[in-house]
Amino acid sequence: MSDSNTKESLEKISNGSPKPTSPNADLKLDFASFWEYSPAPESSEHVKIDDRYNHFINGEFVEPVKGRYMKSVNPATEEIICEFAEGTSEDVDKAVKAARKAYEKTWSKLTGKERGKYIFRIARMIQERARELAIIESIDGGKPIRESRDVDVPLAAAHFFYYAGWADKLNYAFPGRKPKSLGVCGQIIPWNFPLLMLAWKIAPALATGNTVVLKPAESTPVTALKFAEICRDAGLPAGVVNIVTGAGATGSEIVNHPDVNKIAFTGSTKVGKIIQKSIAGTGKKLTLELGGKGPNIVFEDAPIDQAVEGIVNAIFFNQGHVCCAGSRLLVQEGVAEKLVQKLKDRMETLIVGDPLDKNTDIGAINSKAQFERIQSYLEIGVNEGAEMYQCSSKIPENGYFCKPTLFTNVSQSNRIVQEEIFGPVLTIQTFRTPEEAIEKANNTPYGLASGVWTDKGSKIFKTGQSIRSGVMWSNTYNKFDPTSPFGGYKESGIGREGGLHGLYPYLTF
Amino acid sequence: MADRIEVLKTYKTYVGGKFPRSESDRTYQIKDGKGKHIANACRCSRKDVRDAVVTARSAFGGWSSRSAYNRGQVLYRIAEMLEGRKDQFLRELQLAGIKEKDAKHEVHTAIDRVIYFAGWTDKISQVFGTVNPVASAHFNFSSPDATGVVGIIAPEEYPLLSAISMIAPVIAGGNSCILLASETNPLPVVSFGEVLHASDVPAGVVNILTGYRSETAETISSHKDVNALFSSISDNKFRKLIDENASINVKRTEHYTPDDWYSDDHENPYLVLKFMETKTTWHPVGF
Repeated sequence: MSDSNTKESLEKISNGSPKPTSPNADLKLDFASFWEYSPAPESSEHVKIDDRYNHFINGEFVEPVKGRYMKSVNPATEEIICEFAEGTSEDVDKAVKAARKAYEKTWSKLTGKERGKYIFRIARMIQERARELAIIESIDGGKPIRESRDVDVPLAAAHFFYYAGWADKLNYAFPGRKPKSLGVCGQIIPWNFPLLMLAWKIAPALATGNTVVLKPAESTPVTALKFAEICRDAGLPAGVVNIVTGAGATGSEIVNHPDVNKIAFTGSTKVGKIIQKSIAGTGKKLTLELGGKGPNIVFEDAPIDQAVEGIVNAIFFNQGHVCCAGSRLLVQEGVAEKLVQKLKDRMETLIVGDPLDKNTDIGAINSKAQFERIQSYLEIGVNEGAEMYQCSSKIPENGYFCKPTLFTNVSQSNRIVQEEIFGPVLTIQTFRTPEEAIEKANNTPYGLASGVWTDKGSKIFKTGQSIRSGVMWSNTYNKFDPTSPFGGYKESGIGREGGLHGLYPYLTF
Repeated sequence: MADRIEVLKTYKTYVGGKFPRSESDRTYQIKDGKGKHIANACRCSRKDVRDAVVTARSAFGGWSSRSAYNRGQVLYRIAEMLEGRKDQFLRELQLAGIKEKDAKHEVHTAIDRVIYFAGWTDKISQVFGTVNPVASAHFNFSSPDATGVVGIIAPEEYPLLSAISMIAPVIAGGNSCILLASETNPLPVVSFGEVLHASDVPAGVVNILTGYRSETAETISSHKDVNALFSSISDNKFRKLIDENASINVKRTEHYTPDDWYSDDHENPYLVLKFMETKTTWHPVGF
């Protein structure tokens, strides 16, 4: 064994120099025969989810005018968690009126410094209730507790912290310009990062002096309603933040309400286009964070083991329900075989199962509808002639679970290469030259995020400059930070969220 | 002695560094304020628009990857060439019935405006780029990057000044563009193509079409290989059409209808940024 290790660690690359690899670089990962994983469920006893939730309008929880409710399902168990209000035009109108009144009477009259202090309070209260929010996020949306606990919730709090500090510094952000707030913002968010997307939307809107009507997704409304409690407990003036729940029809009422000054939407490109069309000619400001089909490029000189970890993180993070997921792997031919084998070995170690278990790597698919959509793409892929590989790990009998999946033998025009699947499904293509990789990378209508793996700095910059996407992860993937602008080129959206750039969409000059 | 018979100019379009006629072979009459014929202009077709988009797309990569310094020099060269030929533009504006004083004002402002934007090419990422202090061990920076192919729909008023005021910020940011010139007086804009041609602007970076917006605006606004629209038509029905068509492929749209094209307000980097994307790059920090 040691012999082969030594040999492998001195493996030659094309220019003849020894390439350093880890001593165990070519050992197959095999955790299961070393130890067994006992269940390690996060206790959810202290978390209280009500049977029924109402809209949060003008600082109060109010019943929907039409009295209709929808149900939120735990995708890991298919059990109903709670009921929530179905917003109609009457509810949206009430919310917009409350937001307008709050904008005119209180929020726009406050100094930036005072506004900021409210936002800081919210940030702190999210931190205080972090574990509760994380557990609810995992129950309602199916994501592994490790992710909701370590990524979603801390980042949401960090977002409020970051933008709170901007509230009284806006005059320093835009050289030669004095920014002004817009008024009432209508915000519609997706189900993949419910609380985090809420933070991305609400934090900059409040910091810039706007008021908000926000609709969470119909499959994940609970943390937004918990956030409403936080707004109330933080003493945020009534009407500054309004949460109206419901499905697409409710969102459309927000988009088309005449007294909304700005629409911010995160979701599919299909719906984004409908929104852009429906506000045509109204002069409403618009930001869109839409779909993606992120290329993840691995060059021959990349640190292969790190790249494998990066690929796993790029496509299997949050069950692949990530608009910026690295869903198209592009591997340089020389390392393709080795890399794919290592990737398959690594996939064997992934634990798919109970989202609340702290060992779980991949949780439940968010909803039945999404589960069926992913299944249909798996069929499409196979019918297109691609080779499908799924790891052998067990998945629970109940709930919506999908095994991590690879497709090889795909071509650029295949639907599974061109269309966003939004699940744990990776396509693998190979390339010979950097030019070919770039051409393939750019050959979709999307341009949200991409990855590049190489040991050579100049190659990183050249590749980064040539790929048309808003985020470029080099030797890393799926990293997020409130100071870092995020958003797409082409059909992946309009505008940026995060960082100083995330202030622009909420201001006029 | 009889007056010399003047040689009249045939006005064509400017596409891909050449001066083709409309593929449709159609023209329409351009008249002065009193209704007198000045010249025929090309009445471009939908196919002309599509051809121009192909040309602009192929020019985009080269232009956007030029150094900012070089793009600035090329823009400055446009101003130099315009200065050298300003008599021609004064004459053409006056032909359309504009008073000499006003024509001078228009041409001079246009020249100065090109110089203004020439100076931004190598400053925009310094002023508007950021290094982002992320909490993890990563180096993270954002900088502006060209959006792509931009469709410009110029207004009727101040045909030369408005067209140049719209083209300059768009190409300063590294985009390529297709300009639909003023319907009533596109002639000085077509002649501006000759200036571009003589100024080291790579072929296809700026393309100028003439004709009826009712025929061309639909095509340019719905074209899937156009990334952004810059329109200066204030009519609300037209605005709505542009916005609706923009949604076909999530085009960025900027409706820009200044009260005063001469105002210095037009000279600002935010107009350049309207046609730029922010690209953010991450890299781990460690040994």
